[in-house]
Amino acid sequence: MEIKADQTARQDRMAILARCSTERLSALWATLGLQPRHTPLRGPEAGLVMLRGRVGGTGEPFNVGEATVTRASVKLEDGSVGHAMALGRDHAKVQLSAVIDALCRNAETAARIDAELIQPMRRELDQADETRRQQTAATRVDFFTMVRGED
Amino acid sequence: MYVAVKGGEAAIDNAHRLLADRRRGDRSVPALTLDQITEQLSIGVDRVMSEGSLYDRRLAALAIKQARGDLIEAIFLVRAYRTTLPRFGHSEPVDTGAMLVERRVSACYKDLPGGQLLGPTFDYTHRLLDEELEGDPLVETGALRGGDQEPVMRVADILGQEGLIEDDGFIDPAAEPGDINQTPTEFPMSRAMRLQSLSRGDEGFLLALGYSTQRGYARSHPFVGEVRIGEVDVEVFMPELGFAVPVGRVQVTECQMVNQFKGSAKAPPQFTRGYGLVFGQSERKAMAMSLCDRALRAEELGEDLVAAPQDQEFVLSHCDNVQATGFVEHLKLPHYVDFQAELGLVRTMRSEYEQRTGEAVLETREAAE
Amino acid sequence: MLNEATALEGGFSDPVLNAQSVFRAVMDAMAKPATVVEVDAVVTPPAPLGRAAGAVACALIDADTPFWLDASLAEHAALRAWLAFHTGAREMATCSDVAFALVGAPATMPPLDRFAQGTQEYPDRSATLILQVPSLEGGAPLTFEGPGIRDRVVLAPRGLPRDLAFQWKANRKRFPRGVDLILTTGDAIACLPRSVRLVEMEG
Repeated sequence: MEIKADQTARQDRMAILARCSTERLSALWATLGLQPRHTPLRGPEAGLVMLRGRVGGTGEPFNVGEATVTRASVKLEDGSVGHAMALGRDHAKVQLSAVIDALCRNAETAARIDAELIQPMRRELDQADETRRQQTAATRVDFFTMVRGED
Repeated sequence: MYVAVKGGEAAIDNAHRLLADRRRGDRSVPALTLDQITEQLSIGVDRVMSEGSLYDRRLAALAIKQARGDLIEAIFLVRAYRTTLPRFGHSEPVDTGAMLVERRVSACYKDLPGGQLLGPTFDYTHRLLDEELEGDPLVETGALRGGDQEPVMRVADILGQEGLIEDDGFIDPAAEPGDINQTPTEFPMSRAMRLQSLSRGDEGFLLALGYSTQRGYARSHPFVGEVRIGEVDVEVFMPELGFAVPVGRVQVTECQMVNQFKGSAKAPPQFTRGYGLVFGQSERKAMAMSLCDRALRAEELGEDLVAAPQDQEFVLSHCDNVQATGFVEHLKLPHYVDFQAELGLVRTMRSEYEQRTGEAVLETREAAE
Repeated sequence: MLNEATALEGGFSDPVLNAQSVFRAVMDAMAKPATVVEVDAVVTPPAPLGRAAGAVACALIDADTPFWLDASLAEHAALRAWLAFHTGAREMATCSDVAFALVGAPATMPPLDRFAQGTQEYPDRSATLILQVPSLEGGAPLTFEGPGIRDRVVLAPRGLPRDLAFQWKANRKRFPRGVDLILTTGDAIACLPRSVRLVEMEG
């Protein structure tokens, strides 16, 4: 149960880190005042993932084309390991995301990072989504009947 | 005989230098930035991503700049670049049903859950050049409309409720889709691999083929079930974690083309579907792709093979513009030796011909005398 | 409980350059069959995988090439985690469909014909077997000839299957199909591509 909840929290965090902008992440990170020493286990390195869709939308998987991704894995001094992967080729962002993932293996630090870094970024990203949703909604066609033919 | 010649090094260097000069153009005009290209020429960028088969807006913008706006050259550059990167794996299949929709229209149903969402479309513009855009006029942001929004339901699901449309079939969880990058081309090709090939195929070629199906070559009675454009989440399974990790979002365009089908020995009368899925905002391409996908299913559905769009080998061997341009454009490279051989051959044939006609003339004369 | 960090440490420090230098060593060793080549093996895989075998695995195996481990290696969870992390490849339970096999105990490995042999049209769709041997010298001498070998060359690895001579003949008969072997020990490798012939010595 706990492991499952832990995994969901970690995935949620990774989703936000992958989507945020480097500038915003660095700015919020600076306010935390954390400077953990870490060594790289792998990367950061850029590569490709093959993006898959489904035949007809819900059928068998097929390969659509590739996307650039960057991944990194780090180890902190206390032995905690963190991983990160995000679309694009932003090494600095992904490296920092891996450090944050490693720090969040500690429940106390995770609570602080969630409150002060992840939550604000989530709110901003959700707000941006909401704006786009409303912009799209404004282009929704409201049909009204002009003339009805004879019955 | 083979003659090796050497030369032209200085000419090539200077040609490249001249190319760079012409690419930069008038130095008093500011250089294009990649941000300008990604923000303001975004549909060109999307085409390069889709046919370059690499989702990375900035790389596509760089390619467009380097190629001086020649999109096929840009696509070539992107295809070449992607071979330099290691492949880490593949994503989980994206869920287009859960898309953050920016546009969704259906030609089949007027009132459907989620509604007709026009989004940022060229449709209904008057195609009149806007001279204001010569400058940098102030542009308003998009209008907002709040309130509850219904989920944007798939049209295929609506038709599916009546049982009048084919479903997407049984899914074998262990099956791995083939990858045209790694498997030599063999026909017949699976539908999964055909779709990969079409998704990166040339927009113009697919458009022309799709058009031909409407004009009667492999007619398929198409209706746009729906076209949707928007962002989908991408997740990648990381073995070291043991679960799938969200890595961000990509914008895609999906087209469900619904085709009337009178039935055959293999299938009952029903609606069938052609499918299109491409990177970015590429509606024309997604629609053309779905027409071609449907035409290529002719054999599977027991239809007569009567036209080029139904011919896998014809469509799939010629839809890739990097291959096509490579083979067409190589004709301008030196073929001096080949041509000398041809020249010799034609000379021989000509002299044989003249000898023959000369003899014939002689014979005629002799006969006349 | 397996220590996460140790299972992940010890990969290439500079993946591009390291992989290129190991690839170069493998290429040289394939071009000069049965000749011992030193690998600048900059990895430290978990036991019992050796440095050269680990380096070759990191350089050649990737997400597109599923691999198989023999029982002597598969029983080490840390090693499996390490390979999964550094190669990104899928480990398969059976040896018949993989592109690479890592074998820790060649003496008791499955017969060569149990691995993918490629097809007549695509002989490249065959398996490359990375065999970790106790030593590349001191065993029964094997004499080879073929492309890349001037006259003849002798290699005397220890720990190979007893009937290797018989199996290699059969492998050679399947040409252009067949498997290729990379023998590793410590920091050294020697390759036996399917093109080399084992010379039967009298006596």
